[in-house]
Amino acid sequence: MKQFYSFVRKEFYHVFRDNKTLLMLFGLPITQIVLFGFALSNEIKNSNIVICDYANDQASHEIIDRIAVSRNFDIKKMILSEDEIEATFKEGDVKLVLVFPNNLNQTLIHSKTAQIQIIADATDPNTASTLTAYIQAILNSYQADMGGANKPAVQIIPEIRMLYNPELKGATNFVPGVMALVLFLICVLMTSVSIVKEKETGTMEILLVSPMNPLTIIIAKATPYFVLSLINLTVILLMSIFLLDMPLNGSLALLYLVSSIFILCALAAGLLISNSTDSQQAAMLISLMGMLLPIMLFTGFLFPLENMPMPLQIFANIVPSKWYYIIVKSIMIKGLGIMPILKETLILTGMTLFLLLVSLKKFKIRLA
Amino acid sequence: MSNTNIVIATKKLTKQFGDFTAVDAITFEVYQGEIFGFLGANGAGKTTAMRMLCGLSKPTSGEATIAGFDIYKETERIKTKIGYMSQKFSLYEDLTIIENINFFGGIYGLPKAALKTRTEQLIHRLGLEAEANKLVGDLPLGWKQKLAFSVAILHEPSIVFLDEPTGGVDPITRRQFWDLIYQAAESGITIFVTTHYMDEAEYCNRVSMMVDGVIAALDTPTNLKKQFNAQTMDEVFHELARGAKRKSD
Amino acid sequence: MNDVIVENLSKYFGKPPLTALDNISFEVGKGELFGLIGPDGAGKTTLFRILTTLLLPNSGKAIVNGSDIVKDYKAIRKKVGYMPGKFSLYQDLSVEENLHFFATIFDTTIAANYKLIEDIYKHIEPFKKRRAGALSGGMKQKLALCCALIHRPEVLFLDEPTTGVDSVSRKEFWEMLKRLKQEGITILVSTPYMDEANLCERIALIQDGEIMSIDTPQNITATYPYSLFAIKSTNMSQLLTDLRQYDPINSVFSFGEYHHISFKDEKNDTDTTLAYLQNLGHTALECHPISANIEDCFIHQMSTK
Repeated sequence: MKQFYSFVRKEFYHVFRDNKTLLMLFGLPITQIVLFGFALSNEIKNSNIVICDYANDQASHEIIDRIAVSRNFDIKKMILSEDEIEATFKEGDVKLVLVFPNNLNQTLIHSKTAQIQIIADATDPNTASTLTAYIQAILNSYQADMGGANKPAVQIIPEIRMLYNPELKGATNFVPGVMALVLFLICVLMTSVSIVKEKETGTMEILLVSPMNPLTIIIAKATPYFVLSLINLTVILLMSIFLLDMPLNGSLALLYLVSSIFILCALAAGLLISNSTDSQQAAMLISLMGMLLPIMLFTGFLFPLENMPMPLQIFANIVPSKWYYIIVKSIMIKGLGIMPILKETLILTGMTLFLLLVSLKKFKIRLA
Repeated sequence: MSNTNIVIATKKLTKQFGDFTAVDAITFEVYQGEIFGFLGANGAGKTTAMRMLCGLSKPTSGEATIAGFDIYKETERIKTKIGYMSQKFSLYEDLTIIENINFFGGIYGLPKAALKTRTEQLIHRLGLEAEANKLVGDLPLGWKQKLAFSVAILHEPSIVFLDEPTGGVDPITRRQFWDLIYQAAESGITIFVTTHYMDEAEYCNRVSMMVDGVIAALDTPTNLKKQFNAQTMDEVFHELARGAKRKSD
Repeated sequence: MNDVIVENLSKYFGKPPLTALDNISFEVGKGELFGLIGPDGAGKTTLFRILTTLLLPNSGKAIVNGSDIVKDYKAIRKKVGYMPGKFSLYQDLSVEENLHFFATIFDTTIAANYKLIEDIYKHIEPFKKRRAGALSGGMKQKLALCCALIHRPEVLFLDEPTTGVDSVSRKEFWEMLKRLKQEGITILVSTPYMDEANLCERIALIQDGEIMSIDTPQNITATYPYSLFAIKSTNMSQLLTDLRQYDPINSVFSFGEYHHISFKDEKNDTDTTLAYLQNLGHTALECHPISANIEDCFIHQMSTK
């Protein structure tokens, strides 16, 4: 145990005495998050909106009035038919079209529920989703006022159509993706480089000749990076929640538990890489080139997996970050518990165990 | 050997790293065709001095000319006039002998015809005809070192800098290596060599001994032995290095 | 029982297999200072790696301190100290931290074996807070030795500890080894410097993966088959060329200030040789008989192999 403790402390010395390592460890996630943060704007003002009012009754007028006074929207024009929508969007400066159905007021009075259509230009998904949310807020406030003390509540169900980007990949979707990317890359990189470095400087020879159990060496080597990755995760989470307004609807403990499994998975992958190479550069190259592209492509946060050819979709299943991404979204955004994500969690755990076993088995107790 | 052609001249050449003076105002001259031994203990400043002379590192103060070129302003000209070989870097292991020769001939801008004849001469001189198309990595260390030296003087430089060229080489190859050095010196190339083998210091025309960043002694091996009342160059070296202060850091 | 027993050990690398060690056998007694003398690529490092359980041999067997290097590798790892050729300490840890780390992974403390390393450690103690990477070559080497000794090993393997180290530091290092020997530690040391052979009790001359001879340095030099002469003149380079072309000469090699020569027949006719050289214009000729050193023997055995 003393050996283990001493080893872990040594690893921390290495980390804290090397500015490059520190920069990679903490600078990378922070810049990533900030970069994605800049891609978002918090509030969108004076967006051009076009309204197609088939109803032209009391209800539609009240809602239009509320939109008109909102600082988020400028009503650019009213159109008479849905046929004009396409042309309107092509003018370029219109972000949203609202379509009120015939007899809105009547429908609301009789059946207490009605549908209106929101069509958004989703080429900029963040803007589209934000604007849709504004409209929904306006609709909600209208409903609440309509409801009142003794009248039964009415419900307007918006039918939202996202033009050009039906997936609506937005900030809330990016952050879990960035988390998966940054955590995995840094863990793989750190672990593989730190082990290969010992090979390169020749210290691995002395470690192997020492009575220390090779298994202890590996665990001691991985422990600091596990701890640092958890700290990293905390930094990323804090930034996503307070800087990027990510929701955290589910259990924090569950999130940490699943992230720990994911981090272990990355550590095992790093270990595996370190076994098959003898130079730090090679380890870095394999970690970056070998991991970055699959994670970017197959996690699903940049490119929708559903649109990929079948073989690629199947391949995506062996990319651990795909599963982690689903889990994080479920916990943070949907606020789900363990049961609905049990399948994904089990798959991730299985992958981790497999990688750990292979890397431990392949770890060389001798040179060459 | 002509003592009139000076190929290396330094005057109070100094290199400081922060408040540490690695090379402290060294002044010396090296003549054309001379085998000049550049000796000193670890950390005495040999490597730093050699880097400055090769134009790889800018001096803090002092003057020096290499093959007539100023080491501040004309480092690029200097590089065409010198050859360099060290124990660590020699040749590309994954290229064949011929490919290595062509590559180094190419970067020094040798014309095709000249390169061809010199390549043939070189291969013949080293007796490597059968191995010419083998990878350098497959050659024994001794051959690599001899080949590396021959490649370093392929462009007929005025001076060739050899940094511990014979480290770890077997005793026969080590002597063959020195045969090559003698041949090169006779053809007019100046040899500037560092070594930890004290018997090799005897093969030099003149030897300088660096201690704590200064040149503590510079003369022919015979005169140095006389000066320090020593039987061998090893004793001279010990006599000088014992007084070093830097030894302990 | 001998501390190191090597029997018919062979090791090949790569495809097609290159022989690194070819059927090597030798023994090293308890508390002996044993030198493995040979150039780079002779197989010294491979042999040490096999004996320290870092590599498996292709054939043959070896026992280190009573344990088989293949089956009982764990036992050996507790009992040997190993200093690899390349400087193998953590450059970003201080002197003290390095020593403490290696003490702990060998399951001991600095205090427990301080007496053993005291002599060496006191040279570097003033710099104990300094990072190992900022030490000079000689200091690094002393620190590495301390780290290899911290668990008081039974057998100490030093792979080229003096390579690239200047002649003064080398001498110091060998004096440290002599003191360690008095502590009863078996020491195997490899070196490419032939002049260090005399500092060992017994040596093996190794070349191309084969042991050419193995004995005390005195016995090895005593078996040199020719009478040897040292010769010099004012033009040593020309002297070398002329002697090579002179038929009665068996061998001529430069050794610092002199060339060492031996003759083909027993007459060892130096007078005729000197006259011949004088005719060729050599001046200040000097020639006297000498006894062979290890390097003479190494060269002889290399060329007759």
